[in-house]
Amino acid sequence: MRPSQKKIKTPVSLKDFRESILEREKSDGKTIIVCCGTGCLASESDDVREAFLNEVRMHEADEEIAVRKTGCRGFCEHGPIVVVEPDKILYHSVKKEDAAEIVSGTLKGQMVERLMYEDGATGQKCAHESDIPFYKKQARVVLRHCGHIDPTRIEDYIKVGGYDALATTISRLSPEEVISCIKESGLRGRGGAGFPTGRKWESSRNAPGEEKYIICNGDEGDPGAFMDRSVMEGDPHSVLEGMIIAGYAVGAQKGIIYVRSEYPLAVRHLGTAIAQATDLGLLGNNIMGGGLDFQIEIVKGAGAFVCGESTALVMSIEGKRGLPKPLPRTNTSIVGLWGMPTVLNNVETFACVPAIILNGAEWFAGMGTEKSKGTKVFALTGNVKNTGLVEVPMGTTLREIIFDIGGGIRGDRRFKAVQTGGPSGGCIPESLLDLPVDYESLARVGSIMGSGGMLVMDERTCMVNMARYFLDFAQNESCGQCTLCRLGTKQMFEILDDITKGDGRPDDIEVLLELAGAVMAGSICGLGQTVPNPVISTIKYFREEYEEHIHEKRCRALVCRSLISYRIKEYRCKACMLCLKACPVDAIIGGKRQVHEIDQSKCIKCGSCMQACPPKFNAVECISGPVSH
Amino acid sequence: MFEARLRKILSVFQGKRGALISILQRVQEEFGYLPEEALKEIATFLKLPRSQVFSVATFYAHFYLTRRGDHLVRVCQGTACHVRGASDILETAQYCLGIKTGQTTADYSYSLERVACLGSCALAPLMVVDDRLYPQLTTNKVVEILKSGKDTQKEKGAN
Repeated sequence: MRPSQKKIKTPVSLKDFRESILEREKSDGKTIIVCCGTGCLASESDDVREAFLNEVRMHEADEEIAVRKTGCRGFCEHGPIVVVEPDKILYHSVKKEDAAEIVSGTLKGQMVERLMYEDGATGQKCAHESDIPFYKKQARVVLRHCGHIDPTRIEDYIKVGGYDALATTISRLSPEEVISCIKESGLRGRGGAGFPTGRKWESSRNAPGEEKYIICNGDEGDPGAFMDRSVMEGDPHSVLEGMIIAGYAVGAQKGIIYVRSEYPLAVRHLGTAIAQATDLGLLGNNIMGGGLDFQIEIVKGAGAFVCGESTALVMSIEGKRGLPKPLPRTNTSIVGLWGMPTVLNNVETFACVPAIILNGAEWFAGMGTEKSKGTKVFALTGNVKNTGLVEVPMGTTLREIIFDIGGGIRGDRRFKAVQTGGPSGGCIPESLLDLPVDYESLARVGSIMGSGGMLVMDERTCMVNMARYFLDFAQNESCGQCTLCRLGTKQMFEILDDITKGDGRPDDIEVLLELAGAVMAGSICGLGQTVPNPVISTIKYFREEYEEHIHEKRCRALVCRSLISYRIKEYRCKACMLCLKACPVDAIIGGKRQVHEIDQSKCIKCGSCMQACPPKFNAVECISGPVSH
Repeated sequence: MFEARLRKILSVFQGKRGALISILQRVQEEFGYLPEEALKEIATFLKLPRSQVFSVATFYAHFYLTRRGDHLVRVCQGTACHVRGASDILETAQYCLGIKTGQTTADYSYSLERVACLGSCALAPLMVVDDRLYPQLTTNKVVEILKSGKDTQKEKGAN
């Protein structure tokens, strides 16, 4: 329900609108906030929210407790996350059965200790978000509203200062001033390549064209990256606001958000946000009386990784195959969509813009390193204790991110490598853990910043298998235009596949390196030019693992199926039938009170038996090489 | 019937530039896949060569030219899922459904697919059955989920 359907026609009326919301929603009570990002929803946070609503109703406590939902808080692995405000008490892994205890506790002013996060290092319970090591070292700029506002209510966004940057822009800044502010802030494209945003805007502004376009790239195709998804889902209005400001600066009237269709919730929330902003006159004609006309529409991607490349993305919006344009090509900022000047920035880049306008270029430039300013969001995943979304100032070291924020390696295993930049990035070994994370440092060690995927691997990850994985991805996603990318990635994949199967040849490593160089040199777009990176970096830092696979037919991580076997230790087997039932291919022989054995000819080495065997028996083992009798 | 449904979709896109992909998406939502007849109609509607419509339909991973199962099982093969055993998850799903990735069961009840990344990496490994996301899977959980799904199918069939 809106207080009024009146349009916001001037910057002053935005202020009035905000005050009226604050006045109306003023409350002395508590608010129970349930995270409803994709991660928490998968852990059934919808049911949890429902349970809270029921409990509050049962206690007839509508006055004392409000229940609200928000977007992603980043701590996805421990979801559903529930926060009680204004005290900011954070509960994790909340089940719907816990609602009663939390509601009655909150009414009595008590905390539910068992649902608080326990700091693994100290064993202490953390009552507040700010006490949790995962959040302590973060600096949230892009994620400033994620997890704090209801992304489906424009009132929530306006309440926390939303669209103020737009009001400032329209009433006080000329387009040139906006551009110079962005330039001074040092903001660089967060999609991966790191091109200075202000310069991109400037060249579009100066380029001739009857129509100009602002495109937001939400085609987050890198596997292992979900920063953009969380922002689009959790704070869609800040993306819209950034785009409108860009439109003003560049002189564009039309914005397009290109979103992956794998992100249905993001599409929905963006759609809602656009409709609400249009209703209030924050999109449309003569926005806030400043003479700016700007509209935004959503275009859904159809599943092609290469469409993250700017010229391919433009082709896709034009309804064609997503093929990058041949060289030499003019920048999209000059000749882009329908041949017109087009600013194409990533979701995260646009989300930074309102914060920069409001807080000033110096504030943003005050964070980060000399050449990489501000903060960066990373999707911290893999074999790390606290997986989730992490935003840190540029220049934070890998060690701080993985060990201080991420809590170190799961099961206290040994760290092996961290992969940044997705399929275009590289694997960084332990010896480089103190590397500051910025565009230049990562490039120097053979990886890239990329969009912000950060995959942590422990000793049970096989580096050859990882390289094979990325090349499998690359050969599938190559658009096929450049011969070397199309065929080279396939050849590289096949060689890697052979190595992991124990069919490697002595000169394979050299052939791989030669092919990698050829693919990079012979491709016209960023995909072909970077996808050999995972192979080159793993050979550079983990060459001995390749050699073991090739010469000794051995996988030290016990990952490559052709080089390992599962067997049941007779003396430990209690004949409990659990593994026998779990085996999807009925490869386990035995019965009640009859020690089990694996029929190696049937075994597909899926590891189900090992998972099923109770830890106290620990009877299934994985070994290198075939089972000897 | 078929033609009326198709025409209704097309009419929305009258005069819109670059609409091909959006049209294909809508048509697939309606029919579950892209029937050959529909592709021909779309080409005529947009005044494009059929080859171009076909090339776009085959370029993007989301478009299918054959009928799919009633339920779509998508197993994430993203990086984070990969290091937490996604290939075992996919293999187990294949065995449970008795089909290979990309195939549809003979009774058209299930299609199985791999997907590059679902963006819920913190909950890896995972799969999506229709719209329901199953987080933090083990091979054993996959067997349970797909078997119980099949049982419900059978019950429904029996009723």
